[in-house]
Amino acid sequence: MTTTAQPAMPHEVTYLEAISEALDEEMARDERVFLMGEDIGPYGGAFRITEGFQKKYGEWRVLDTPLSESGFVGAAIGAAMMGMRPVVEMQFADFISCAFDQITEVAAKNHYRWGAVVPMVIRAPFGGGVHGGPFHSECPEGWFFHSPGLKLVAPSTPYDAKGLLKAAIRDPNPVIYFEHKFLYRRLKAVLPTEDYIVPIGKAEVKRVGRDVSVITYGAMVHLALEAADLLAKEGIDLEVVDLRTLIPIDKDTIFESVRKTSKAIMLHEDNKTGGIGAEIAALLAEECFDCLDGPILRIAAPDTPVPFSTPLEEFFLPKVGDVVAAARKLAAY
Amino acid sequence: MDVAEMVNDIKRADLLQMYYYLRLTRTLEDRITALYRQGRIMGGVYTSNGMEAIAVGYASALERDDIIAPYHRDMGAFLIRGITPGEVIAQYLGKRTCPTKGKDGNVHMGDLKRGVIGFVSHLADNLPVATGAALAFKIRGESRVVVTNTGDGGTSRGDFHEALNFAAVRKLPVVFFCNNNQYAYSTPLHLQMAIRDVVERAKAYGMPGEIVDGNDMAAVYMAAQRAIRRARAGEGPTFIECKTMRMHGHSEHDSAKYVPSELLEEWKKRDPILKAEQLLTRLGYADEIVFREVGERVKKEVEAGLEFAEQSPLPKGPEALEGVFATDDEVKP
Repeated sequence: MTTTAQPAMPHEVTYLEAISEALDEEMARDERVFLMGEDIGPYGGAFRITEGFQKKYGEWRVLDTPLSESGFVGAAIGAAMMGMRPVVEMQFADFISCAFDQITEVAAKNHYRWGAVVPMVIRAPFGGGVHGGPFHSECPEGWFFHSPGLKLVAPSTPYDAKGLLKAAIRDPNPVIYFEHKFLYRRLKAVLPTEDYIVPIGKAEVKRVGRDVSVITYGAMVHLALEAADLLAKEGIDLEVVDLRTLIPIDKDTIFESVRKTSKAIMLHEDNKTGGIGAEIAALLAEECFDCLDGPILRIAAPDTPVPFSTPLEEFFLPKVGDVVAAARKLAAY
Repeated sequence: MDVAEMVNDIKRADLLQMYYYLRLTRTLEDRITALYRQGRIMGGVYTSNGMEAIAVGYASALERDDIIAPYHRDMGAFLIRGITPGEVIAQYLGKRTCPTKGKDGNVHMGDLKRGVIGFVSHLADNLPVATGAALAFKIRGESRVVVTNTGDGGTSRGDFHEALNFAAVRKLPVVFFCNNNQYAYSTPLHLQMAIRDVVERAKAYGMPGEIVDGNDMAAVYMAAQRAIRRARAGEGPTFIECKTMRMHGHSEHDSAKYVPSELLEEWKKRDPILKAEQLLTRLGYADEIVFREVGERVKKEVEAGLEFAEQSPLPKGPEALEGVFATDDEVKP
């Protein structure tokens, strides 16, 4: 059975609504798609992303689970192997640590080890700036960046949020979808009415510039764009590369940008040590050394947990000023 | 009606078939152990010696479309699902013709076409996965059933509890076996749990549980049948504790000196093959001549398997890079 979702009129949606629309449309077009998570049924999820879904799709396609991340991620793996397309919700990305074993040892390795296909999506609301403290603000993508067999995506706009979630649901692999909580209700866009996907594995240059490349993802994309506006006034032309997909990493787009600007800043909200920026810096050193005109710089959160109190969290998170200062430093080379 | 009487209801052919699989399992694993002692097998060798009746019993009670999610003492179940002795030895030898093409070793194998979910070394991880397979059947309204197994040690893991709880809440068609062989590696039962019988754990999840003699193939088979019937009828999961004894070390490198020899002597008298022969004799279904014929048959099959495995090619080094991700053509669009 395949039904189509209601044809939508062009309308403005938030980043959060874009995620809901993607889930709704994929559930309508493919009856194998079902949702599992804590409080996603009648309550509609901690962030109300699945509000009304259980009424529309029934109790067996929108399942409230016991409080057991490892249990329901494991269950998603089993259902996926039986031909379903589960999408599970971590209430907060922080709780994904409870399911770490199922994700890295079972989901990630099944296809490599014995050819079993595990098409599933884990939605992980991540990131700080929401006064969440150490256990409701984490950026756990680094843990999975180092686990072959998983795909990782992290959209920064409503358009990408919808298109990447649809692509993730249709992908034959386990995909962790990092959705940034800070962006949920702060961004709005008019999206195409027709079905579209944003392909996994493709970065996008969100702002074309010629002087310095900022390579980033998630909420930090907007920080970089803000910095670019400020820097433009002093004649520094920033290029902003939004990775969108963290694994598999789009080396071509990164290298193309840095070969043009000869200067690179890694920007992420995750802790600095062993972060994705470190890996990209190493790739650039290996592959683009001859075109670099300055050091590769990293802007990232310090190596601490995410602190709660406002001045502490503000200190912890990367700021527009950090990007401006780093770009000025590089532009002077 | 006691077990001794109920056994009259099992067809002669079914009992003889189970006996054959007991012998095939024992002979195959003894051969693998011998190869290990000769230095022809690298890595761990995990056998079901003395415990063969559990996997043989439960796998014999399943229909073709059902699924098993076994663990490392379930060789009989792999064989009953159609994985051949040749493939098993090829797996131990790291040959390309085994179910993992050399990517994984020993009993870490699976094949969905034959209804076998491969397991990982992290015990009890397969229980949530089995639960999820059962969830897929329930969502689709199929009458298929999943049987999974783990050891007494595995029941200490959180995944064991998360799986049983979720399966019970949703009345999923899954049967949880526990091979209580009294030792998890070197740790005896009383240091693993403060309860006498593992089956007590089932009560906490509102799930029926029973204890069976794990060395009696007919008893295991009948218990499996009852639980599978319940599951298929939509009445939910069952927990079955099979009392048995691990007669070898955890792996063949382990001399298991920590197990009192009197205990092993005692359990030797209850050997599952011996018990099966006593039963078949008592029922008049077979005699010494039949037992000898079966012994000769399985020996030939194991030797043919060894020849197949030895003649199979090893994978080439760069094949290590293949299969990290699944491709679109491996799934239905």
